[in-house]
Parts: sequence; structure tokens; C-alpha cells
Amino acid sequence: MSERKIRVLVAKPGLDGHDRGAKVIARALRDAGMEVIYTGLRQTPEMIAAAALQEDVDAVGVSILSGAHNTLCPRIVELLHERGMDDCLVIVGGIIPQEDIPRLKEQGVSAVFLPGTSTEEIVKFLRENVGQRA
Amino acid sequence: MPETKELNSPAEASVERWERETLEPVLKKRPERKKHFETVSLDEVERLYTPADVEGVDFERDTSFPGEFPYTRGIHPTGYRGKLWTMRQFAGFGTPEETNARFKYLLEHGQTGLSVAYDLPTLMGYDADSTLSEGEVGKCGVAVSSLADMEVLFDGIPLEEVTVSQTINAPASVLLAMYLVVAEKQGADFKKISGTLQNDILKEYIAQKEWIYPIRPAMKLVVDTFEFCTRHVPKYNPISVSGYHIREAGATALQELAFTLRDGVEYVQWGVEAGLDVDEFVPRISFFFNAHNDFFEEIAKYRAARRIWSRVMRERFGAKSERTLQLRFHTQTAGVSLTVQQPLNNIVRVAIQALAGVLGGTQSLHTDAYDEALALPTDRAALIALRTQQIIAEETGVANTVDPLGGSYFIESLTKKMEDGALDYFEKIDSLGGMVEAIEKGFPQREIQESAYQYQKAVERGDQTIVGVNKYSMEGEQTEVPILVINEGVRDRQVERLQRAKSQRDSGAVAGALEKLKKAAVAGDNTMPATIEAVRAYATLGEICDALRDVYGLYEEPAF
Repeated sequence: MSERKIRVLVAKPGLDGHDRGAKVIARALRDAGMEVIYTGLRQTPEMIAAAALQEDVDAVGVSILSGAHNTLCPRIVELLHERGMDDCLVIVGGIIPQEDIPRLKEQGVSAVFLPGTSTEEIVKFLRENVGQRA
Repeated sequence: MPETKELNSPAEASVERWERETLEPVLKKRPERKKHFETVSLDEVERLYTPADVEGVDFERDTSFPGEFPYTRGIHPTGYRGKLWTMRQFAGFGTPEETNARFKYLLEHGQTGLSVAYDLPTLMGYDADSTLSEGEVGKCGVAVSSLADMEVLFDGIPLEEVTVSQTINAPASVLLAMYLVVAEKQGADFKKISGTLQNDILKEYIAQKEWIYPIRPAMKLVVDTFEFCTRHVPKYNPISVSGYHIREAGATALQELAFTLRDGVEYVQWGVEAGLDVDEFVPRISFFFNAHNDFFEEIAKYRAARRIWSRVMRERFGAKSERTLQLRFHTQTAGVSLTVQQPLNNIVRVAIQALAGVLGGTQSLHTDAYDEALALPTDRAALIALRTQQIIAEETGVANTVDPLGGSYFIESLTKKMEDGALDYFEKIDSLGGMVEAIEKGFPQREIQESAYQYQKAVERGDQTIVGVNKYSMEGEQTEVPILVINEGVRDRQVERLQRAKSQRDSGAVAGALEKLKKAAVAGDNTMPATIEAVRAYATLGEICDALRDVYGLYEEPAF
């Protein structure tokens, strides 16, 4: 039996429409053999958590460039927990000030990728950190 | 040897001689650094450009003189010797009070025009108290929910004298109305007000994706502003057709050029179909381009833009007035090129990009601040960005002569290549039925996504260098520069002013004006008069957009 493919939800919460990064990442993860579901723009944390559950993903990749990360990320983590998705990784990419990163991690974000990160690095992170699931 | 050899022109023959006698022995001894040399758009650049490369370019027909058709060398015969470009720094954050203070700071330091950045709720037509605005109020720009905010934003700034550009797209007609009502309250004459409304909704569906309504009613709103401004605010530019965001989303220089100009053609077409006279409204259409890293490619792009526009206006629309044929544009350096790593390097990038904009003949310029990959700029970073322009303008000598690169074999050849490539895209888009149809089919969106992905791959292969990121990076580097932090209390203060404005207004007048607006929208009448009436009554941005949402519905992006 072939190994289960890593499933990732690429999500774009908030009002921001800059989806270049989200789309490039979605394609790079697909090219790396993962199954990727892209939510489209302007998803509320509730919609993202519901989609994560429905699609039974291993990770949620959140793209935020607007500065709303401190409001939106903890909310997404919380909603995933409420739905019993404790193993689901939440990774964040975008314009995130250095000083916000420790707090986001304390709140349950697994990794924050800043501009300039190669897609390979994200692929590697997911391969190394997803898979502890049954 | 190829059989066509005897058909070679003398110019080609002399290039062949040089290659044989001088180049080849050197290449044998020392090969070049790499096989292919490419622009940032991944377009191949030749080793050398010679008269053979410009044989298809006729000086009188294609290059000509500045101030003369086809305006390749600029729209003013004196270039920047007459008037420098307008230094117009885009600014906006937090509350209207904070942004008003930044505007005054920039004007005090020699900035010559204003440019307003609105926050995401404003751009999407939501008030600060909407649940959708949570976490976003004042973050990416200034928060404006009603006329009460706009009055504070322009307090002490005479709108008859200062030209203001507003980056506002989906709700542009509402913000234009607010701007006009503030001007009216200052006692300004509409006939004297000038400024620019970004108001380019097509590029929202293509690239920036801050839309509200479906494409066709959104286009109707744009045409309403054309019609209204042509009649009542004749010095105002109701649209700035923008390639900037198309480029930032990943387009190549050529795609930026082609899609932007084709968007421009689409607006002109819609205006003509609404009964407007080309030579009356097109002179007030301006453009907005990106200034990216590849210096010569950018300069060629601006020169080609002017040439294409003048020809298309004459050939396709029978334009006669000089002003209609002259493409005027604003330039902003490429935000996407700025790096979080070693952020002070960004000052250098911005200076070189800005220089390309100037050598391309831009009418106005925004230089990004070095900290913009991290956050909105601090006062200090914004000031260095402005000083960069002043140094280019007043120290380097580049503004002393008109189109200094005109006649360069490389630049002229690249300009021609840009023009030909853009016209090929025009043909493709025309064959799809026009730009609205092309967007509905996802054509420009897919082209851009593909380019963005190819560029990312090129960076990851190391074919494209980003200094400090994929080359010359520093492990454990301290990137710390002071950044602007937007206070989370902005939303509370904005909601408070919103509630105060609502409690003091005549709610009957608001309801009546909104009803009138809906009726105009349903009937297909011009919505501007009713929008202005609603704004005067302190109807909020969210209320006005909701009225139109009721009539027009919402845009849903198909999956491409």
C-alpha cells in the first residue's frame, strides 16, 4: 500500500487579497507530491477550521500580509483544537514582525516562514513534522 | 553556413565580422560567466546590441522627438528641464489624525503631492465596526468609514492647492464623493480640484483582488466617475490604470505592460459606449507602473507604453487631441523586491529602481521605504525614501537632458520588443472578446500565476540572485530596524467616531439618500449624484456599499 500523501490546506484569512505567495506555495507543495486544497480569499477562521476538518488535512498553511496575524492565527489554532484536530499543524507565512513570532508559537503555531523562504524549506518542514499521525 | 547569408544587411555583416575576428578568440580563452543572461522577467538578453538590432526601428516614425507622436521619448519637449516629476509618497496608517500628521510631515520636507493609502476594511467597503474588519482597522492604511473621518484626514490641507491621489478601487466612487464634499466644505471650486483616483477595478480581478461587486456593474461605477468628472471636476483624473499590482502579483514586465494598456483600452471602450467623447475624457486617464530591478527592461517598458498608447488611441479610437495621445504615468518602486534580510540594502534597490522610472520619463514617483518588507514605514524610513528622489533629481544630473537613453541600440531594440510583445497580447485578448471576457475566463490571472511560479523556481535554482537572501546571506543576522507598530486601539477610536457621527446625523436623510442611490443603480443612471448626497448626510461607507451590494450582488472568484 502506498504511503498516505500529506494533505495541506492553504488558507488566506482576512480581507487582504495578495495571494501570490499562497498560490506559489500551493503549487510547490503539489509539485512535491502533497495534496493541496486552497481555500480562496477572505476566509474567516471558522471557515478555515471547518474546511480543515472536512478535508482531514495534516497541516494548515496560513498566508497573511496585512498585519492581522495576531488576531487571526490564535483563533484558527483554537478552532482546530475545538474540532479535535490537535495534530494538525498550523504554519504561517507572510509579513510577520520578528517580535510577534515567539507569541504566535506559544499560541500553537508550529512555524512562521518569512519572505525569502524557499518553497523547499517549507516542503522539508512539512515532511519532517507531519507523519506522527496514525 | 545559412543560405540567407547573402541577404544580410551591411550592419549584420559587420556584426558577423566582429564575432568572427574579435569575439570568438576571446570566448575560446575565457567563456562567459553563464550560458544565458536573463532579465528579472526571465527574458533573454543578448551579448551586444548594434545597428543591426534597430534596423526595424525608424527614427521619425518610432522614436521621434519628445512632445511629438508617438511620444516614445516623452510627452514634454523639455523633459524634466521644465518641471521635475511630482514626488508623491503613498502614506496612510492608523487613524485619520495620525495620517494627517504624516501628510503634513511629508509636505514640510519637500514632498509635492499626497497619496492616500486606505486600510483593508475601507478598500473592501466595510466600516470599522464590521465583524469582518476585526484585526484590520488602520493596519495597511488609514481607516475611513464616513465623511467624519475624511474631514479629519484632510484637516488643514487645502484641496484646491494640493493634488491628492487616492488608492481606492472597489469603493472609489464613494471615496471620490467624500473627497469632493470635504473640498466643498473647504470652499473649494470643483473646477479647480485636481488629483487622481486609482479606481482601476479590472486589475483587482486580475491581480490585487480587492473587489466588491461583479465585474460588469463595477465597470459601470467606473464609467459613472468618468462621466461625472468630465462634466463637473474637469481637472481631476478619475482613473489611474495600474500595472503596479499586476507586476507585484508576479507578472513579467511585458505582461504588466500588455495587461495594463489593454485594461486602459477596455475603459476607453466602455466610456465611448456610454456616449463619452474620446478627446474629452481620455486625457484624464493616467497610468501607474512598477519600477522593478531590471534597469533597462523597465526603461524600455515605459517608452513602449507611451508609443503603444498613442498609436492605439489614434488607430482604434480615432483620437485627435494631443492630450488623448499622451500617456502620463506614476511609478512606484517594486515592493515585492524588498527583502526582510539585511533591510538597509533596500535603500539601494529603491534608488536604482527609481532611477529607471526617471529615465523612463515618469510624471510622478513613489519610492518605497527600506522597512516596507517588515511593516508600514516609520517617519525616518519614509524620509530617506523621499530624500532618495531628491538626490536623483538634484544631484545626479539625470534630469538635465530629455530621454538620455534614446538611441541606445539596446534600449531602442528592447522598446520595440516590448511593443511587439504587448501587441501580441492585445490580439490574444481581443480574440477572447475583450479584457472583461479575458478576465472572466481567467486568462491574465493564469499567465501571471505561471510567471510568479517560474520566477520563484529561478530564485530557488539560483538563476536569479537576491542579495542577502539566496546569495551573500548572513547566518544569525540581526535584522532589527525600528518598525512602525499600529496600535490595536485604532479600531476602538474609529468605532467611537463612527457612532458619534451616526448619532448626530439626520437618519431620515440618510435613508432617503440610500434609497435614491439604489434606484439609480437599478435604473442604470449615473450613481455619483446620489452617492454625494448620501455622503453629505453622513451615510457610512459600509452603508453605501451595502446599498450597492443589494443591487449588484458580490463577486465570487472562480477557481483558476
